[in-house]
Amino acid sequence: MINLTNLHKSYSKVHVLQGIDLFFDQNGIIAILGPNGSGKTTLIKSILGMVIPQKGDILLNESSILNEYKYRKDISYLPQIAHFPQNLKVEELIKMIKNIRQQKSNEIELIRLFNLSPYLDKKLGTLSGGTRQKVNIVLTFMFDSPLIILDEPTTGLDPVALISLKKILDEEKAKGKMILITTHIMNLVDEIADQVIFLLDGNIYFNGTVSQLKKQTNHSNLEHAIAEILKETYV
Amino acid sequence: MFKILNYSFFDLMRSRWSYVYFLFYLGLGFILFFLNNDITKAVITLLNIIIVLTPLIGTVFGVMYYYSSREFTELLLSQPIKRSTIFIGQYVGLSLSLALSLVLGLGIPFVLYGVFQSAAIWDFATLLLIGAYLTFIFVGLAYNIALSFNDKIKGFGFAILLWLFLAVIYDGLFLLAMVFFHDYPLDKFALSVTMFNPIDLSRILILLKLDISALLGYTGAVFQKFFGTALGSVLSLLVLTVWIIVPTYFMVLQARKKDF
Repeated sequence: MINLTNLHKSYSKVHVLQGIDLFFDQNGIIAILGPNGSGKTTLIKSILGMVIPQKGDILLNESSILNEYKYRKDISYLPQIAHFPQNLKVEELIKMIKNIRQQKSNEIELIRLFNLSPYLDKKLGTLSGGTRQKVNIVLTFMFDSPLIILDEPTTGLDPVALISLKKILDEEKAKGKMILITTHIMNLVDEIADQVIFLLDGNIYFNGTVSQLKKQTNHSNLEHAIAEILKETYV
Repeated sequence: MFKILNYSFFDLMRSRWSYVYFLFYLGLGFILFFLNNDITKAVITLLNIIIVLTPLIGTVFGVMYYYSSREFTELLLSQPIKRSTIFIGQYVGLSLSLALSLVLGLGIPFVLYGVFQSAAIWDFATLLLIGAYLTFIFVGLAYNIALSFNDKIKGFGFAILLWLFLAVIYDGLFLLAMVFFHDYPLDKFALSVTMFNPIDLSRILILLKLDISALLGYTGAVFQKFFGTALGSVLSLLVLTVWIIVPTYFMVLQARKKDF
């Protein structure tokens, strides 16, 4: 369960989050949508404690996470851009993260799923963007955490990897986990999301299911429904 | 913390720059002995090099390491580790590896040339200790600067400026003040000004140890007169320790508030 109350964050002059109130308690896939710069990543990073909000509180299972760190053992996070130490090998990175977290992991299965075995002894700096994203996905899903946070997980993935990713997401959802995901791919949202949160200029514009969103905007296609919202606000 | 420290330490020990730094000191040590077989004289020559060079290398490596490991830091931040643990681990790992390059690089030639049989063993040990202190101090200062600027170029610029200020400009300003206010009693002023510059403080500490009054300079002489050699040494070492603790404290404070 995640509970955000009156969350404010601004970077020098830009007021990115303007008093976000959110409450998630049901498990499943929650898609966080919004145009570029609407505060999606800031919101996610606040939950992870990487960004420190100026005002408001974040509760995870009824206890505040501000200034805490142990709670992160229950979170798997996939960062938006897969920045890794350049001169580290893939297997060294996996080993190191395992060593830091000291939790049970199932990386072997994931490495097989994404065909990463030929890259294990390659340095991360030499990998292509898509391969790096696959490594990123392996690092995220190899631990069995009840909360999974994915920031644009589809970037750079080929169709085969995308199908594998969807399969993993389905499996994790079936295990009763809570999955937060930000993306610009509306088809993906349409396919997998149980709940949609639409952020606009640091506020929550919409919070509900996909079908509710379609109904509200009178569009049967999600992409058009989102475009409709944006058009209204841009005028 | 030891996992991060360990990782940073071995990551650096594997890097090319650590070898270059190590080989530089190794070469320097051998050349000094090749030119001059007197260990005490070698220590004085080294003093002048170490006092300028270790702060510079500490500053440059500190800033460089912070910016180049930012991705890794971000990865760690999303793991169940305390922020202070991450940054202190990196800081100590980096400083230790630099200090080790210094101690081994200079230690090997000195041991080969018989520093253990010489009376200068404690002078030499003090010199290495000072080198290690300066490394920790300036890596700490550099980390503070790097944490305050997201822009790499700005961070680099300010760090180099800080080094330049403490290594060169500070003494110039100090001298100017002395010339301007020579009619007034300046002993206490000079003492307090010295405390605020770890490079000056290190120089005095070694010269007190070597007991070469000709090289002490004004502040050194005041220092010796005021505190005597023994108390002066202990006091300057104590102040140098404060110079490590304070930047580390501010580093942790800054890291706690920063957004990544």
